[in-house]
Amino acid sequence: MRQDKDSTGMEVRADGALCFTGPLGTADAARLWTRAMEACKRGVPLVDAAGVTQLSGAGAVLLAEAARRAGGVELRPPNERAAAENLKRMAAALAAAPPPAPPRPVGFVTRIGQMVLGAGAQCRTRLSFLGEVTQGWIALLARPWRLRFSELTRHLDEAGTRGFGLCILLGTLIGVILAFQSSIPMRKFGAEVFVPQLVGISLVRELGPLIAAIVLAGRSASAYAAELGTMRVNEEIDALSVMGIDPVAWLVLPRIFAAGLVMPVLTLVMNLTGLLGMGVVMGGLGIPASMVMNSLQDWISVGDLAGGLFKAMVFGLTIGLIGCRAGLKAGGGPRAVGDAATSAVVGSLVAVVVLDGIFAVIFFRLGW
Amino acid sequence: MADNVIEAEKLAARFGTRTIFQDVTFNVRRGEVFVILGGSGCGKSTLLKLLIGLIPPAEGQARVLGQALATLTGKTRNEALSHIGVMWQQGALLGSLNLMQNVALPMEQHTKLPPDAREALARARLGLVGLGDAASRLPAEISGGMLKRAGIARAMALDPDILFLDEPSAGLDPITSAGLDALILTLARETGTTFVVVTHELQSILAIGDRCIMLDKEAQGMIAEGNPRELRDHATHPKVRAFFRREVMEQAP
Repeated sequence: MRQDKDSTGMEVRADGALCFTGPLGTADAARLWTRAMEACKRGVPLVDAAGVTQLSGAGAVLLAEAARRAGGVELRPPNERAAAENLKRMAAALAAAPPPAPPRPVGFVTRIGQMVLGAGAQCRTRLSFLGEVTQGWIALLARPWRLRFSELTRHLDEAGTRGFGLCILLGTLIGVILAFQSSIPMRKFGAEVFVPQLVGISLVRELGPLIAAIVLAGRSASAYAAELGTMRVNEEIDALSVMGIDPVAWLVLPRIFAAGLVMPVLTLVMNLTGLLGMGVVMGGLGIPASMVMNSLQDWISVGDLAGGLFKAMVFGLTIGLIGCRAGLKAGGGPRAVGDAATSAVVGSLVAVVVLDGIFAVIFFRLGW
Repeated sequence: MADNVIEAEKLAARFGTRTIFQDVTFNVRRGEVFVILGGSGCGKSTLLKLLIGLIPPAEGQARVLGQALATLTGKTRNEALSHIGVMWQQGALLGSLNLMQNVALPMEQHTKLPPDAREALARARLGLVGLGDAASRLPAEISGGMLKRAGIARAMALDPDILFLDEPSAGLDPITSAGLDALILTLARETGTTFVVVTHELQSILAIGDRCIMLDKEAQGMIAEGNPRELRDHATHPKVRAFFRREVMEQAP
């Protein structure tokens, strides 16, 4: 009578019924699942579990799912009471948890619309945050003692003094690399003596502020976002608001102020160490230090240096602003802090490059 | 003779030189709801971590289903862990996975079930705890009570012999908490699973506990063992009486 006998206790009987016997544990269910579902796809009039002696959760789901996929055919329960009860319970639970509906497809035009609306909302929140911070600054000008100096000095230390080491390392290396790279083509034209001017102007006007900004974005913007994001998740920001303390004045302004103050200093450190690195390379190439110093004095003006430091301060304020905004606007859940830190670093870098481009145009127009 | 699934003998836990508890000895019988109770800071959660092998005992031995989990490694440890499930205090669901994926995670690690079988079983587990319609939601999108239910569903994924629950009612409103107690009782009675519940919620202890032990911070160990309702009515130890009757105890000077 039996056809298609399975050694593990599953068979398709002559009357077409899918029949299970013996214990049906998780490992048995894993082994039988694919074949059982294929048999059900071909069509069975009955799923017979009368001979099942023990039933795991996975086994019960196998039986219930087999009956469902066969088109809701009769499922004969096990004769064993405990197994029958388990099957009844799991089948009811499975029926109460239908497969989640696939997400509704979104049309191309709708998606474009959503993107535009999302971008608009983002711009609005950024502008409103900028407004809040500006308002905070104005309020602070009227009552400067409201700025928390302990917080300010903490952030000056964290963003500034603790970043000096990295700036010294990067500045020296950048100076060395620039000097080496530029001396190779310059040598072909016998113009090695102009390397100090080239490296000096590049560093003071462009690379010093830019690399210091990258250091600040990586070290401090992410730290601001993570710290404020954690405070947001822990409802500390809400607690401050409820106590009548303005979170912007309390948390944001000291950070932005600190970032704006330390950036020119970091840039100066970067410039000096870069020039020092370049001087060492020049010395190695046989150009005396006095010549290097004279070239720098002739070609780099105070205006170049001041322009670079001004840019650096604007970069610092922007990085502080973006880092704090990312933290304060962090969402809920465990990913919120990570997302805020990523958004702070990426946003800061993009903003710095865009601002640098704007400065380049402005300085060109002004003839600086 | 009772069929013991957990045997703890003269257990001690220490952090550095600080003793959390010592001389803790008890057995948990198959199929019962066993409660570890006590005030804040007495070492309830530490005892739970010690039982499931996350912390090695400073002294003594804890055997779960005949094995000291803290001493096992590799495949033996994995095999032993597939027989227990743990629901953590905050649910400890992975935030990047939806509820169904969270529940299916242990199946992926410990079984050879194909993906559609894992999905169906995960849905059934969620259905069992009343979250059948929330399978595709992320942990961040559900309430605290639902998180705990989902945590139970994940802990039950592999039909464990023992389920450890760390503070299941903490932070829940009375109605949700009572619903969770009812769920634990139903699962214990219907599936025959042994439950070890760490809690200090008095109503939960009295509602679900078959037996319990009580830890005390000052005594640095167990001060009571027995049926919670009997302890409430007949305990002689002043701290046990105070705990069950919600009395204020005078602090030692």
